[in-house]
Amino acid sequence: MTSVTNAPVPARVVLNQADIDRALTRIAHEILEANKGSKDLVLLGIPRRGYPLAVRLAHKIAAADPTVDANAIVGQLDVTMFRDDLSHQPTRPPYPTQLPRTGIDNKVVVLIDDVLYSGRTIRAALDAIIDFGRPRIVRLAVLIDRGHRELPIRADHVGKNLPTSSTEKVRVRLEETDTAADGSVVNEVVIEGGA
Amino acid sequence: MAENNGTYLIRGASILGAGAEDLLISNGVIAARGAAAAAHKDAHGATVIEAAGLVALPGMVDVHTHLREPGREDAETVETGTRAAALGGFTAVHAMANSNPVADTAGVVEQVHSLGRAAGWVDVRPVGAVTVGLAGEQLAELGAMADSRAQVRMFSDDGLCVHDPVLMRRALEYVKAFDGVVAQHAQEPRLTAGAQMNEGAVSAVLGLTGWPAVAEESIIARDVLLAQHVNSRLHVCHVSTAGSVEIIRWAKERGINVTAEVTPHHLLLTDDLVRSYNPVYKVNPPLRTDADVQALRAGLADGTIDVVGTDHAPHPSEHKECEWAQAAMGMTGLETALSVVQHTMIETGLMTWADFSRVTSTAAAQIGRVTDQGRPLDAGEPANIILVDPAARWTVDPAKMATMGRNSPFAGLELPGQVVATFYKGHPTVLDGKLNTPYRESAAAAAGAS
Amino acid sequence: MKHLLSTEDLSLSNAIRILDTAEEMAAVGDREVKKLPALRGRTVVNLFFEDSTRTRISFEAAAKRLSADVINFAAKGSSVSKGESLKDTAQTLAAMGADAVVIRHWASGAPHRLAATDWIDAAVINAGDGTHEHPTQALLDAFTMRRHWSKLAGSASIGADLKGMRVAIAGDVLHSRVARSNVWLLRTLGAEVTLVAPPTLLPIGVEHWPCKVSYNMDDTLAHGVDAVMMLRVQGERMNASFFPSTREYSRRWGFDDNRLRALDSLGLKDTIIMHPGPMNRGLEISSAAADSPRSTVLAQVRNGVSVRMATLYLLLSGETREPAATPGTAASNAAHSTKESN
Ligand SMILES: [Zn+2]
Repeated sequence: MTSVTNAPVPARVVLNQADIDRALTRIAHEILEANKGSKDLVLLGIPRRGYPLAVRLAHKIAAADPTVDANAIVGQLDVTMFRDDLSHQPTRPPYPTQLPRTGIDNKVVVLIDDVLYSGRTIRAALDAIIDFGRPRIVRLAVLIDRGHRELPIRADHVGKNLPTSSTEKVRVRLEETDTAADGSVVNEVVIEGGA
Repeated sequence: MAENNGTYLIRGASILGAGAEDLLISNGVIAARGAAAAAHKDAHGATVIEAAGLVALPGMVDVHTHLREPGREDAETVETGTRAAALGGFTAVHAMANSNPVADTAGVVEQVHSLGRAAGWVDVRPVGAVTVGLAGEQLAELGAMADSRAQVRMFSDDGLCVHDPVLMRRALEYVKAFDGVVAQHAQEPRLTAGAQMNEGAVSAVLGLTGWPAVAEESIIARDVLLAQHVNSRLHVCHVSTAGSVEIIRWAKERGINVTAEVTPHHLLLTDDLVRSYNPVYKVNPPLRTDADVQALRAGLADGTIDVVGTDHAPHPSEHKECEWAQAAMGMTGLETALSVVQHTMIETGLMTWADFSRVTSTAAAQIGRVTDQGRPLDAGEPANIILVDPAARWTVDPAKMATMGRNSPFAGLELPGQVVATFYKGHPTVLDGKLNTPYRESAAAAAGAS
Repeated sequence: MKHLLSTEDLSLSNAIRILDTAEEMAAVGDREVKKLPALRGRTVVNLFFEDSTRTRISFEAAAKRLSADVINFAAKGSSVSKGESLKDTAQTLAAMGADAVVIRHWASGAPHRLAATDWIDAAVINAGDGTHEHPTQALLDAFTMRRHWSKLAGSASIGADLKGMRVAIAGDVLHSRVARSNVWLLRTLGAEVTLVAPPTLLPIGVEHWPCKVSYNMDDTLAHGVDAVMMLRVQGERMNASFFPSTREYSRRWGFDDNRLRALDSLGLKDTIIMHPGPMNRGLEISSAAADSPRSTVLAQVRNGVSVRMATLYLLLSGETREPAATPGTAASNAAHSTKESN
């Protein structure tokens, strides 16, 4: 393990900007289809990178359905305090939770995250949601599903299934949260490391 | 150590840091010095101690030791405390009076004195209390203690200040009758109610009640004037502030009969250490500022301060393993005094080894009127001698000390200088840096008769 | 950050981190479910050697909102009547598996002793020690000031400091752990502090502190001030010649009705009046001042819970001190660390 971190990390781009955009467009349409329209839809992004993805999805939904106000259906759900691995990780300060003004009671909440892996983040998110209200339905949309689940959780909408080894790292870089090493705008999904 | 006839030939020791000479110890005295030593009739069959590179000094005399016995044998006993003293290079200690019962009667001082003789490691000189029970109200029977077998000459309520000016005046006057001296613990009690540390920049931050310098200086100023007025002899214990040095310097310039002492810890440590809240740094008077440390060193070097006194104050660990405010005040010092003074005064170029022998032995013996100590290392003088390796360096480890107290503020510090041998009345109590055997009067008498 | 012992050694980044986290915790207080599972299974001991119901229940509420188990341990013991020693108490708490000790003690430095010795290996939070420090009080004060200051500036509190804010702290500075903690923290956050007190109630050495000192309340107000913090006058000072009488004290140093009116006439419409409580109404602060819209007294109490939640969370949620020994747990650690994006 240590030799991996010390050696120059081999990285390959698995999704570029256009791939990400296409995947989100598809997910947006899937969400509308599954919900039979935009009624009661709330998109909750999980910090950090789930939130900008939720915002992007909201705009795509609004583009498809002009009755939708993108800003009114999107929110951020921090799950830090609900994680079951807090004591195994360096301390992380929580992010704000911001719900849409309409709340989440009786809504169709779609949780948005960048990478689905063990499933523990989503479990924490389900706990967090319960403390804020009682949605009618909770769905899950992720940009990447890399496998290796540790809990019985699956995504309803997946941008790309990406079989990985557990020694690899999947890095999602978005222009809202990240900058490339040279300071340029970046939107990509990269796999680092691996045997 | 094998038995011998009590004769030792010390070869090539640097006498008070000067040229290398031989010393012959025989029958408890220095039989010969220099070329005469090896040629002396007693030199044949003497145990030879090669002392090249070692400094020979008169045995150190501590004017300020707390031996805790009687009453606090869980903290120290005369036996353990004097073992520590011998290892530290002392051949005499003045045992402070704040035992339990207080050393305020002939009975108690004689008890301490005889415990010291029985132990045999150093000359234990009891200090008598100035007031009954250290209560500061009524003079103790100073004359009875002076006339006792303990021959008390130094009187002190140390730990507490004789703050009543009338009582202090009477004490100073009264001890003139037997050439005594009052050793004052200068601490104005009202100005130091609840005091925890030096009052200044550090106490302000730490929120610990301050012990202001003026509480020491105002008492010293009063007492030197009283000593002048009644023409008596005053000794000031553990001077800790630059202002105190100034006042004593002024008093000496006016011819007032005052002597003063400084502890090794006040020559090295400052109140910055209290930031740790570690009670090992809690002491009375408290650690002061760097400016005070520098003034104390200068005062000791120029003779304003006459002597180094350890204020050796052992405490059981539970009195230090607690909150700062709960902790007892005091530090051990007998086994580190020589090294700290070498470090702060000699290695800084402020003093020579000859000066060292003045402030640790000669002047101290004179203050306590200990006539057979602090003498020159000349033929015919009592053989109270130490051999010191000034080049040695060691790291202070309180767990390895002979004192029962583990409260050394120097723990972990690397210090110079090691006591290689201590001769008390011609007998080696310490050899090769280790405890040897105590001095036995009968054995010495037998050796003298042979 | 393993302990919170003082604000003197609290870095700017850690201070901001606590205040920002407290903002998130404050949001929890507004929710229907005021509880987070973050510290489930952790044990917080409130170790109080000195009575302070206010501080204890504030810490208790904070710990419980984070789902920690709370043990209240009132170890009364004064310098006069020694109770069980701090060492024995600490070792007892260690044996009980305390993860954090919130300690209130009448002796300055007692929390430092717990943190520096091997008596107990728990996070130590200073809940007020002697006349030394009271860091969570200063943090809740700073939190209150920062919300006010950001609102005036029309910007978000998150990430903000107190640059340029003028704060007067008035009263018994000598014996006040609140004043000390505030002076250091406000310095770190960039505020300008003026201590206002009778000379008898300022420590020798205050000239080295990063603040101004004034003996005159009215001058200080006239120079302009954005927050005035009144310190409690302890009953035992009154007969110890620190000041001639309570009447003279409140006239010269108290925040009375005249000074409340002076804020208006001086055009200081946004100046807030703070007090750590409990107040001596009519002595250091008048009822009109305490109850005026400028008073932040109750907001301070509310914010105390948020700041203490933040402190407990930041000290206790991190990696446990002993790394997990079982291979299974170690593997799952590695797995989690490979996904940074959550
Ligand atoms: Zn003393």
